[in-house]
Amino acid sequence: CNSSLRMEPVPGLPLLPGEERVIDKEIIYMCPFSGALKGKVFITNYRLFFKSTDMNKSVLDVPLGVISRIEKVGGATSRGENSYGLDITCKDMRNLRFALKQEGHSRRDMFDILFRYAFPLSSNQSLFAFLNQEKFEENGWDIYDPVQEFSRQGLPNEKWRITANELCETYPSKLVVPCKATDEDLRKVAAFRSRSRIPVLSWIHPENQAVIVRCSQPLVGMSGKRSKDDERYLEIIREANGTSRLTIFDARPNVNAVANKATGGGYEGEDSYQNADLVFLDIHNIHVMRESLRKLKDIVYPNVEESHWLSSLESTHWLEHIKLVLAGAIQVADKVWSGNSVLVHCSDGWDRTAQLTSLAMLMLDGYYRTLRGFLVLVEKEWLSFGHKFASRIGHGDKNHADADRSPIFVQFIDCVWQMTKQFPTAFEFNERLLMVILDHLYSCRFGTFLFNCDSEVKTKTVSLWSFINSDQASYINPFYAVENGCVLYPVASMRHLELWVTYYIRWNPRVRHQHPNPMEQRYSELLALKAQYLKKLEELQLSDTAVHLSNSSAPPTHLTNSSASPTQLVTHLRTSM
Amino acid sequence: MFSLGSNGGKYTKPSFVSYVNPEQKGNDALQEKNPVFLPGEVVFCSASPVLKCTHDDLLEGSIMGTLFCTNFRISFVSDQVLLEDVVQPFRNRLYGENDIPLTCVDQIYGDYDEKRKLITNTQMKNKHPNGIIVHCKDLRVFQFSLKLAKEEAAKKIFQGIVRHSLEPKSLRCIFAFSYCENIAGAPETQNKPRTLMFENIVDWMEEMKRTKGNCKLLEINKDFTISQKVLFDRLPQFFFIPTNVLEKDLAAYQGKGVPIWCWSHHSGCALFKTASLPLVQEESFLRAQKLYMERMLNAVAHNYLYAVKAVDLSETLPSIQDIQQSYSRFKQNFLIDNIGEFWISDMKWFSTLETTRWLSIIRQCLHKAVEVVEYLEKENTNILLIEDGGTDLSCVISSLVQLMLDPHYRTLTGFQSLVQKEWVVGGHNFLERCNHLNNKDKESPVFLLFLECVWQLLQQHSLAFQFSETYLTVLSDSISVAIFSTFIFSSPYQRVSSMKTESQTHGSLLNIPSVWDWSLQFDCKSQEFLFNPLYREKSKQEKTRNKNQRPKPIRQLSLPNATPPKKYFFKEETESLRKMLRGTRISRWMHLSDSAQASVWEFYNAWQQKPLDYHGLLLPDLDGPAIRLWMQRYLRWIPEVQIFGGGDITLVNKITSLSQELEELRMELEQQVRQADPRCKSTETVNKSTIRMSCFFPFASCRSGSFKPAIPTSHCDGEMDMGHLAEREDEDTELTDNSVIRGCAD
Repeated sequence: CNSSLRMEPVPGLPLLPGEERVIDKEIIYMCPFSGALKGKVFITNYRLFFKSTDMNKSVLDVPLGVISRIEKVGGATSRGENSYGLDITCKDMRNLRFALKQEGHSRRDMFDILFRYAFPLSSNQSLFAFLNQEKFEENGWDIYDPVQEFSRQGLPNEKWRITANELCETYPSKLVVPCKATDEDLRKVAAFRSRSRIPVLSWIHPENQAVIVRCSQPLVGMSGKRSKDDERYLEIIREANGTSRLTIFDARPNVNAVANKATGGGYEGEDSYQNADLVFLDIHNIHVMRESLRKLKDIVYPNVEESHWLSSLESTHWLEHIKLVLAGAIQVADKVWSGNSVLVHCSDGWDRTAQLTSLAMLMLDGYYRTLRGFLVLVEKEWLSFGHKFASRIGHGDKNHADADRSPIFVQFIDCVWQMTKQFPTAFEFNERLLMVILDHLYSCRFGTFLFNCDSEVKTKTVSLWSFINSDQASYINPFYAVENGCVLYPVASMRHLELWVTYYIRWNPRVRHQHPNPMEQRYSELLALKAQYLKKLEELQLSDTAVHLSNSSAPPTHLTNSSASPTQLVTHLRTSM
Repeated sequence: MFSLGSNGGKYTKPSFVSYVNPEQKGNDALQEKNPVFLPGEVVFCSASPVLKCTHDDLLEGSIMGTLFCTNFRISFVSDQVLLEDVVQPFRNRLYGENDIPLTCVDQIYGDYDEKRKLITNTQMKNKHPNGIIVHCKDLRVFQFSLKLAKEEAAKKIFQGIVRHSLEPKSLRCIFAFSYCENIAGAPETQNKPRTLMFENIVDWMEEMKRTKGNCKLLEINKDFTISQKVLFDRLPQFFFIPTNVLEKDLAAYQGKGVPIWCWSHHSGCALFKTASLPLVQEESFLRAQKLYMERMLNAVAHNYLYAVKAVDLSETLPSIQDIQQSYSRFKQNFLIDNIGEFWISDMKWFSTLETTRWLSIIRQCLHKAVEVVEYLEKENTNILLIEDGGTDLSCVISSLVQLMLDPHYRTLTGFQSLVQKEWVVGGHNFLERCNHLNNKDKESPVFLLFLECVWQLLQQHSLAFQFSETYLTVLSDSISVAIFSTFIFSSPYQRVSSMKTESQTHGSLLNIPSVWDWSLQFDCKSQEFLFNPLYREKSKQEKTRNKNQRPKPIRQLSLPNATPPKKYFFKEETESLRKMLRGTRISRWMHLSDSAQASVWEFYNAWQQKPLDYHGLLLPDLDGPAIRLWMQRYLRWIPEVQIFGGGDITLVNKITSLSQELEELRMELEQQVRQADPRCKSTETVNKSTIRMSCFFPFASCRSGSFKPAIPTSHCDGEMDMGHLAEREDEDTELTDNSVIRGCAD
């Protein structure tokens, strides 16, 4: 599209390398907060950008990836002001409404172009991530190296080995399995686990050697099939650290697990697995979660439900689901912390399972609470283990009602946010990181969240982590205090859970975004003051030393004393930080 | 196989780590069976052995000890010396964690063979229960088992407790009176800045001078002659009225209808409050009342620019009874005595909170206050708050308005002065509203409602207040301690007259201490918790800058002046005034009127777009999600909701320790300048790494690094209706064959 080269640059409209302008149009943006705004819309192959003619009013900058649905509203003969136009439903908790002039099919070209660029997969085009020419210093694709991460955990060891994955297409290339299990054993186990997602190690406790093992449901079926190999395999896992009982956490509600037998799935029967305790965690399926978030949108966008806020919030069940996920993860972490190995699965082991294992690991392992560690955690538990981002988000696909779509990852990030809220000094990263991750979950600017499982193609795109690591400072929580070897148990009670207002209601200008937040601001002021004091002290002491040095009559003891003190002081202060 | 429901709730005892050094423990393990009594405290009865039951997993079950009932408290004294006694970093000097001041008892339940009955004073059964459960006004819950005590002792202690904490009594029986007879009349140590008590002319003049108001001081009630004569005993000794109100106007309606000055805005307009005139039917009386009120409004209007707005609070805010009903439903949700109950109620938590309407009442009060602030700040209109009694909601609204407009009241002494001015001297009927004498009918937590509103402001603007959340919580607890003159009288007149009588009988001048003497309750170290480490005083630069900028004080908010300021001239008011006087009032407080709401929103939005000045106008966000639960006050005693090592307190602590560090550095610097010995002093660094404080610190205990998490024991089984979606599978595919693996998209 060479035409964009000829277009005049627009002040305020950012263009990424590889981004091209497609069309401009005079339009009215029906802002739900400030009313109808006249202005101009600019559509590129990456974003929709709206600039109001009134300079003081807001601009819109929306990556086309967030668009879930585009509808025409009103006809050529519709009455009423601004009734003819386009209605755009977004995946990120907002809707956009534009009004156009009624004569001459004025919206047709905009509709077609938006449709083409927002849903490129529906017209056999590439997502913007493949056109993006952004360059960053660090290659984010390198941030997660499974072998390196396992060696951080002390793996392989005498009980656990690393093996190449030849069994399951949706699993990472390297798997950690018990040394005692042969490749042939694994093959047999794979035959009994849904989609061959066999139980593999995800995390090991550095001291008690208890492990988190994840997998999919066993293929029990209506007839109640058993697999001696699977049973023996779980025994091997249990024995690895001498645990007397293995706890199997089935993320689903009991009834759903039973119902799964009808389609060939099921759960581990207590007769077959005698040394295992099975616990159902009652977390609902992807359809329930999708519906819950939809209801939440209804009460927060465009206006926040006022008169019955609390009961409306309750009726969405969103926080209740968050509570169940967190409560499940707490139980997983608690078991492992007290020395028992656990096995976690749901149906396929890529939605609820990923939520539970990653949250439990966040509670157990301080490394994942650092900025870099968190990115590794997402790469490891979500991307490498095949959370179906492409299907769950529906990138570039016009089929907005696809039943495969579900905000499972959003829910996970919300759980993480709840934890950061309850432990404000325990995480190295801040709320902004979580927001940026969610923004780019939809944007299609980076390749990170585009695929259903690890794919070679992704290296043709830019990783979100390249972008984030190019500006680490803005994702750092200044209050972070390193606290390793400490388990964090959030309280999974509705008394403490709260709606993530700054994310879900962020489009509402009434929600105050205090940047930086006042507490943070106060803290950095104090830090600056401290630096100032320290500098002054050092200066004073240096000059003091200088005086003594020039003055030969000064006793030598005094001299050493005063020259040693600045460093003393500095170290003293650093350690108590 | 078992599911979540049967798994949770198992508690193992975590190891307890004290807040102080372990060496200190157990040294003073003196076996003392008597509580440390206060001066004037007398034991009525006691029983032993009594078991104190607890569901805190720290203490595992129950503790053996003696239960006392004195003229001040119900006290449980443990046989074994508990570690906790030694380790509390924040403790009250007047009563311990196993003491319940009699006035702090909210409800008592009797345990009659597994059946729980509410004990009321009228229904005094001869049969004493096996155990009693005491719900306290500060939200603590105690369970005592009387099974092991001798029949006679158990009966006696039960009857004693019921008699002294539930039965109606006379003012003279309040412990403060015995207490003050037995303490030396402590010389009032007044530091600077001091809390203005408003019991003399000097304080009033100072306040008027500070706000640059121009009202007329009335001294005719100096000896409470008016209060005695006109049956309106709410009037303070000294007060200000608009210059155009005459002394004789006071007598017309027993002091009702007379605008009493509260505060002056820097523009010159002022805030007044008054009690509404009695309801009348007859036309001639009505006419007279109308004329009288018109004259009063006229006088208020005359104060500044002839603009006045009458705000009738009885008409638009919940009634005193509504407040009481709402609060009694609300507090019930925090008085929890078993874990199962806790997790069951967790599922419907939000809707349960909502049905109590308590948060919505808080919101309405804040909303009303913002409305009044808007009149004063944006339109410079004089305000007259009108309320039936004139000393309940008008106190709430007038204090909130002043808190939002005047940063002086956001300092500790400023806030205390405000409470003195508007509540204590302002004539709020603490005695009946707090129900200290157990005559339930007039009970209503109006002052607590005010503190709730202040807490909302504090949590939204944590840097703007000199006092902390803990200060508000402790102040709310102090209401029901009945030792402070602040909260035990119905009016200033009652206070002065009953103290006079008491002093005469006693033969010397008696003085009941004020709650503001915090050293009575807390030592120096504990008092530090009352201050907000985030608060930053206005710097000297800012102060001097303002002085040079006069006459434009900092408090002024320059709002976009798109619309010319509307003036509510007196004539426009007559219509609403007529309505007001007609006798019938429609309670329309359930929903705020749309226009008022829209206007307040606009005002708030305009303010929000300006950079925030913590020493300027402060407005609350009134959106649904912004009005929150005062967690520290209400949840602090519930073990299940303690976040160990977490909560906002961790941020506050970081800031506090950094500030301390800075202070040390500053001293170091000074020393350096003075060429003193530059050795750095070795500050003892307490290794806190394994100790985890509760998010409700300083109220709850700490835990060591390893402990069991609270795991929800009740879940949605059947309760959460997810409809047909719940039955679907994540993926609509059959799993019969593993050769069907979904390919990766690319």
